[in-house]
Amino acid sequence: MIRLNQVSVTYPGGFTALHPTDIEFRRGEFTVLLGASGAGKSTLLRCLNYLNVPSSGHVHVEGIGELKRRSALLAHRRRTGMIFQQHQLIGRLSALRNVLTGRLGYHGTWRSLVPLPPEDQRIALQALDRVGLMAKALERVDSLSGGQQQRVGIARAIAQRPQMVLADEPVASLDPHTSVQVLGLIRGVCAEDHIPAVVSLHQLDLARQFADRIVGIAAGRVVYDGAPAGLSDLHLEAIYRRDPTRSSEATAAPSTTTEFPLNLATEKS
Amino acid sequence: MQSEHDAVLLQQRQTFRRGSIQLLVVATVITICSIYVGLFDGARLAEGIPSMISLIGEMFPPDFQNARDWVEPLLDTLAMSVAGTALAVTFSVPLALLAARNTTPHPVVYQVARAILNGLRSIPELIMGIIFVAAVGFGALPGVLALGLHSIGMVGKFFAEAIEHVDEAPVEATRAAGANGLQVIWHGILPQVLPQMADVSIYRWEYNFRASTVMGMVGAGGIGFELMGSLRIMQYQEVLAILLVILVMVTMVDALSAVLRRKFK
Repeated sequence: MIRLNQVSVTYPGGFTALHPTDIEFRRGEFTVLLGASGAGKSTLLRCLNYLNVPSSGHVHVEGIGELKRRSALLAHRRRTGMIFQQHQLIGRLSALRNVLTGRLGYHGTWRSLVPLPPEDQRIALQALDRVGLMAKALERVDSLSGGQQQRVGIARAIAQRPQMVLADEPVASLDPHTSVQVLGLIRGVCAEDHIPAVVSLHQLDLARQFADRIVGIAAGRVVYDGAPAGLSDLHLEAIYRRDPTRSSEATAAPSTTTEFPLNLATEKS
Repeated sequence: MQSEHDAVLLQQRQTFRRGSIQLLVVATVITICSIYVGLFDGARLAEGIPSMISLIGEMFPPDFQNARDWVEPLLDTLAMSVAGTALAVTFSVPLALLAARNTTPHPVVYQVARAILNGLRSIPELIMGIIFVAAVGFGALPGVLALGLHSIGMVGKFFAEAIEHVDEAPVEATRAAGANGLQVIWHGILPQVLPQMADVSIYRWEYNFRASTVMGMVGAGGIGFELMGSLRIMQYQEVLAILLVILVMVTMVDALSAVLRRKFK
């Protein structure tokens, strides 16, 4: 349903984060992009909704076409829910107001100056209910715990009524127990609604536990693409470029938001 | 060992000497400026002391006889400060969006918006007051226009700075949900800077109240007009009374502003 054709990303400093890549993500698949910090998995993921604009190649979306025109991009983003590592919520607003951000794409500029219609409010509340935070709907997001904040982030993506979910290191700043809960939640929602998900992770054990398909990435190239069961020690060595038995070290790798000089570089709006 | 200690102590002495020289230079500059403006003109100051004392003597006791006539000018002053600040905030928000690097549509627009803000800030409100009195006549209106216009320079600059320091992460999330440019500003940026905007606006209101007491002196309405009138006919007892009333009002506005600003944290 979304296809990358010879997509590459080179940052202004000259560093190539992603070498020309062809890959397709299909309906109903829970795909994990697996790799060490700085391998390029976030870059690849962010190409899927143009938060990183490819330096070359193009992205083709089923039913929309190529993501070049601004209107096509906005339409694609509206139906693509994104979950971020650092939640990326506005701390002083309520959980509900944060989730309502997911409904903005469905309304014009003028309509969105005033509170959105009751239907949208209800959709947002349902989304919060699905992540089990109905009771916290009117609380300020900065008063919630890290795991709860991430669930608000997931609710925001659900509220978009997405046809695809992207998650960029959604559990990198959570403890192991909460990580399993949050990934389980994302996987459950996607399975229920029959929507594909692309999730970047650096933890091998979590990838094996949740993925239908694993795409291993190292040094800006896809080095493995297949079922978790087919992942051999040789593949792991290629992915982590180190002794596969020491992959727990990769689990403790630092956040990926600092791995590139210009990670937040996006298109001018 | 001995020589090592000597080296350290020598360095210590040099640091002290350098500090002394710097202090001396600053003191010299201050002295020259003070002599230049006549602050050390003993004879002239001594001459002034008796007339200061007699002037202060003439101020006592404060004369509140006409206090009833000040109620309206005081309300004028208060209304001027509120309306002037509102005017400033209204124009500051769009100007700040044009003058912030992350929301400006074009670098040229950014430069122009910054230039406008600097220009407005560099014309004193009293001068603007004189100009507006000439343009629209005496009263509160020229005062409001002068306060508002001058305030845009400072309020707009602070708003722009707050917008530039916004957390980019939620902004990106808003964009990822398919929001267009204006929606990103309205739902991703403004909610984040609202507390700072409220803080700056309330502080500016407090400042404008103090400033509007002076605006009357150029005929732009308010309690300053009464103050000027009493000064002209040398009713010094009344002058002191008006000054006391202004002091009480300023204190009240300050306290209210402090409470409001704490609320918006």
